[in-house]
Amino acid sequence: MTFLGVLVAGALGAPARYLVERAARRVGSAIPWGTFVVNVSGSFALGVVTGVALTHGISPATRAVIGTGFLGAYTTFSTYVYEVVRQAEQRRASNATIYLLASVVIGTGAAAAGLALTGGL
Amino acid sequence: MRARPSPLALIGLGGALGAAARYEFTLALPVHSGHFPFTTFAINISGAFLLGALLEWLVRHRDETHWARWLVGVGLLGAFTTFSTMAVELTLLARDGHALTAIVYATASLAAGVAAVILGLVVAGWRRPPVPAEGES
Repeated sequence: MTFLGVLVAGALGAPARYLVERAARRVGSAIPWGTFVVNVSGSFALGVVTGVALTHGISPATRAVIGTGFLGAYTTFSTYVYEVVRQAEQRRASNATIYLLASVVIGTGAAAAGLALTGGL
Repeated sequence: MRARPSPLALIGLGGALGAAARYEFTLALPVHSGHFPFTTFAINISGAFLLGALLEWLVRHRDETHWARWLVGVGLLGAFTTFSTMAVELTLLARDGHALTAIVYATASLAAGVAAVILGLVVAGWRRPPVPAEGES
């Protein structure tokens, strides 16, 4: 059952990411803010889910469906590093570096904030 | 005219497969707290390599709206790889006094991720002469 839940949640998480990225592209910027927003918001949400799970607020199955299924599929690593490389290729090395580091620093900060809010820290 | 399935449907299908595959890997190869999260690392790096190869192949074949971009690129590989799990793993490592492991994990993920994308681009023919368009040869 958990497997089916993860499957369905993945089918929702990936299109949600695509819609955010498409909306961000309309704004237009040298830095791919869509993936940044997705990864930071998803990291915060996973921090919340993990914190709640650690304090036994939700079952391991629910944690797997929301955390591993939806949020795991919503956020992405492959597109993130791909965008970094393409920016560097277009001689935008400083944008590439800022995007690379800001994503991991702010994303991890967001996860920590989510965990702290739910007593997981 | 060839019918093109909607990108959202393809992304949803790929997302289901990618998330399920990652879930199975994390069950098969669990990482205990305080250790280097090798399972997420391996998933992210392999996915980055495959995405680099796929997207460069599509660029070279001038078919950037090919169905494989949505099904495999945005859907499957986008969902197979994950950023949020890495961010939470980094936070928990730091919380539990494994700051050095966290720094090594973050640095290794970024460096190997970028290297894997570049390797994927090269494998798919990055910076080689362009593929002739159909009928041009």
